[in-house]
Amino acid sequence: MPNDRETADQLLPLPQATFHILLALIDEERHGYAIIQDVELRTGGELRLSAGTLYRSIARMVEQGLIAEVTRRRPAADDPRRRYYRLTPFGTAVARAEMRRLSELVRQARARGLKPETVA
Amino acid sequence: MRFYRALLSLYPASFSAEYREALSETFGARADELSGPFAGLRVFLAALADVIPNAIAAHADLLRQDLVYAARSLWRTPGFALTAVLVVALGVGANTAVFSLADFIFFRPLPYAKADRLVKLWQGGEAFGTNEVSPANYRDWRAMSSSFSGMGAYWARAANLVGADQPRRLETVRATPELLPLLGVPPLLGRLFTTREATTGQYALLSHALWMSQFGGDRQVIGKSIQLDGVPHTVLGVMPPTFQFPARTVEAWTSLSLTEDDFKDRTDTYLNVLARLRPGVSVEQARREMALVTGRLERQYPKENEGVGAAILGLRDELSERSRLLVLALCGATLCILLLACANLASLFLARGTHRARELAVRTALGAGRERLVRQLVTESLGVAFLGGLVGVAAAALGVPLLARLVPSNLPIAEHPSLDLRVLGLALAFVLFTGFAFGLAPALAAGRFGGLDSLRSGTRTAGGRTQRLRVMLVVVEVAASVVLLVLSGLLIRAVWRIQEINPGFVAEEVMTLQTALPLPKYESTARRAQFYDRVLEEVRAQPGVQEAAYATGLPMSMRGGIWPVSLQGEEVVADNENSVSLRYLTPHYFATLRIPMRRGRDLAATDTFESPFVAVVSESFAKRTWPNENPLGKRFTLALSERTVVGVVGDVRVRGLERESEPQVYLPYRQVADNSIISYTPKDLVLRTAAGFPATTLLPRIREIVKLADPEQPIANVRAMSEIVAEETASRVTQLRLLGALAAIALLIAGLGIHGLLSYAVSKRSQELGLRRALGAEGGEIVGLVMREGLTLALCGIAVGGAVAYAAARGMGALLVGVRPDDPLTLAAAAALGLLTAVAGCLRPALRAARVDPLTALRTD
Repeated sequence: MPNDRETADQLLPLPQATFHILLALIDEERHGYAIIQDVELRTGGELRLSAGTLYRSIARMVEQGLIAEVTRRRPAADDPRRRYYRLTPFGTAVARAEMRRLSELVRQARARGLKPETVA
Repeated sequence: MRFYRALLSLYPASFSAEYREALSETFGARADELSGPFAGLRVFLAALADVIPNAIAAHADLLRQDLVYAARSLWRTPGFALTAVLVVALGVGANTAVFSLADFIFFRPLPYAKADRLVKLWQGGEAFGTNEVSPANYRDWRAMSSSFSGMGAYWARAANLVGADQPRRLETVRATPELLPLLGVPPLLGRLFTTREATTGQYALLSHALWMSQFGGDRQVIGKSIQLDGVPHTVLGVMPPTFQFPARTVEAWTSLSLTEDDFKDRTDTYLNVLARLRPGVSVEQARREMALVTGRLERQYPKENEGVGAAILGLRDELSERSRLLVLALCGATLCILLLACANLASLFLARGTHRARELAVRTALGAGRERLVRQLVTESLGVAFLGGLVGVAAAALGVPLLARLVPSNLPIAEHPSLDLRVLGLALAFVLFTGFAFGLAPALAAGRFGGLDSLRSGTRTAGGRTQRLRVMLVVVEVAASVVLLVLSGLLIRAVWRIQEINPGFVAEEVMTLQTALPLPKYESTARRAQFYDRVLEEVRAQPGVQEAAYATGLPMSMRGGIWPVSLQGEEVVADNENSVSLRYLTPHYFATLRIPMRRGRDLAATDTFESPFVAVVSESFAKRTWPNENPLGKRFTLALSERTVVGVVGDVRVRGLERESEPQVYLPYRQVADNSIISYTPKDLVLRTAAGFPATTLLPRIREIVKLADPEQPIANVRAMSEIVAEETASRVTQLRLLGALAAIALLIAGLGIHGLLSYAVSKRSQELGLRRALGAEGGEIVGLVMREGLTLALCGIAVGGAVAYAAARGMGALLVGVRPDDPLTLAAAAALGLLTAVAGCLRPALRAARVDPLTALRTD
């Protein structure tokens, strides 16, 4: 499994959905619908992933080794069709790399005196 | 939800198999959020919005992956990739080229408004075949029929254009004012002539090419007067560049008005008649009506119209059976090539598939489903097919104009076929067909023996079924190439046979050109004679010229000119039994063309209008008219006068090498009344030069001679007589070259196929062969073993191919001019060539088999 920094950099920039899915999985394992809800919550409803977009991203991310499916004991009431995913160490590395890339961009923009707020 | 699940099948199978349940669950959870009015509709729309774009994206992702993978795997085997691409290019290229030709000739709409509603009307009767229409019959047909919304008539006439920088010979059409509106093509400039104009004056429309070349594209030409054969015509309009009627050679259309004079003789047939079917009227209905009309006319004019019916033909029906077959045979041949290409590629891919069985098995073991593997392999083969298709279409685009010789000149279509969108669509179909045909079978075969078997069994992969398939493919390849060989062979024999036909004259060292004398300037026979005598005398005096003469028309160049003959006291009735080919000549024509004089004498300068009327006839005429009698001194009536036979000459193939001709009668150029039978005025100058003399060097001098005789007289159609004869077989020779090339390609592909199959078999059986060597088999025995295998396949293919070729050849009877479809020489030669190729294909694998070292073979694996 490739997990050095160089390989991580090759995947950048990440598609928006991919980065959000990585973020959604940082603190806990989640199933598909839970990922959608988390993304929606964090973006204030701005990004609502559809089921198809979600699983297309998931399929690619599994292939790239960013996330992995987990088989775990489920609560009795859980829908058996649900699939849970967790972040892999490589996924964490890629999320970090993307974060570095974004903050570097922001740093450069600030250095030029750009501010996010519109100045009248 | 059920709808959503159904939509999921739009995803790639591997994706939906993996995520179907999870997708439904997640979508269901999201759908539950939607409530309120129209919730059902909103869920429905959400499902569409979710699945469709994502399914497309998922397919595109897979395609991209597969393409990258395919490119890499082809890159690793460049020999295979190149062969495959070339084979597709050959198959697709040949088919695209030939089908664009076929489309061009058979299907592309003719350049007129609703061209399928246009028909041509001919006078037809059992005795005649089809004939032009007499003005009187044309007038009555128009008046008495109701099936047509319009009917017009025309006749073609060459005319001398004077007034531009050089006198020039033009092909023109004299058309009644109803004709051009029927075609529905508006002029580029100006307008068409009206009925009133046609009756009151002489008007002309110019072709775009003539307008550009002679008038420099000057818009002021409208309203100007031009001289055609000495008669002033007012230019009314210019037709668009794409307009051609009835053939592409016509450069001007002039107004024709039929007068009472024209209606007098109901048996004088010279009009071409074009009509447009009234909406809703079928050709069949029109035929029935015309049968009634002609029946009434026959009762009304029992003598002139005896047996005269009307034949109604579509514009494309004039295509000769021969042109049709020429192109159809090529289509068949290229389809053969396509089949061969597919068979060969399938075989290549099968072999590669077997080689790659382990790789595929590894991928299966790593979790790629069968669908993914098949998809991967089909992507690879389609990729190859598309690359090959691109190369093939490019080659076809370059090659199609070379096929121009096969485009019949009597259709109003451009001279050069070109590729268009429809043909490109067809090419795409060929590409998809090849891609799937040779990709799918191996892919399915590969999918079948997936899994662990291949991993376990080392090199001895499960390939029995694949191998049988390849064996069959090789048989098909050999059969297809033998079919092409046999057909080319038969057609070569046919061309030889035609070229051996004695035309009745010696074409070598004869130059021809035309000086068509315009009317009314040359209405008088004496004035024409003066021109001929002066020109001929000067031409004969040129160094290098042996003989020269003028004639009404050259054999194979002018095929018509058929007149009825009657014997003393008989009434003249036109039918096949007494029709002859009529020509007016100056003396020395027979000597110039070396037509043998059998009896009597040549026409002479002393045969004038005042002396007794004479004729020279062909042997066949003498034999038909006076069997077993001396024809000299016999009398018959032809062309309005009674004539006495003074000479008999050999027969000439006037109608072309491949056709029987009417017997010929030759009359002296002076024995015709002024302004009578004027279209038979001699206009072709023929001259025989000394052997090896460069005839074209005479041309400037001849121009001067003609100019001195009449400064306004143009010279046209300078050609070698041998060129005219060669043209008889030109389209066949083009077709043969093409067919020969296709047969050679086919043979090459078949040889490669046998070679590939046996090489593969030998490498697969190296252990068995090694064992045989170890047990004492000689190298020669091993060679024999492998050769036998290859040659058995070749013989099967040859037998199948021979049978198919025989069946195909029987359908091409019209092209074979009597060469039998089971011509033993051709069959034997084709079989021998097929066998030879097979031997060549077997040789290398067989020798390699003989060199297998028993020890290494046993040691492998």
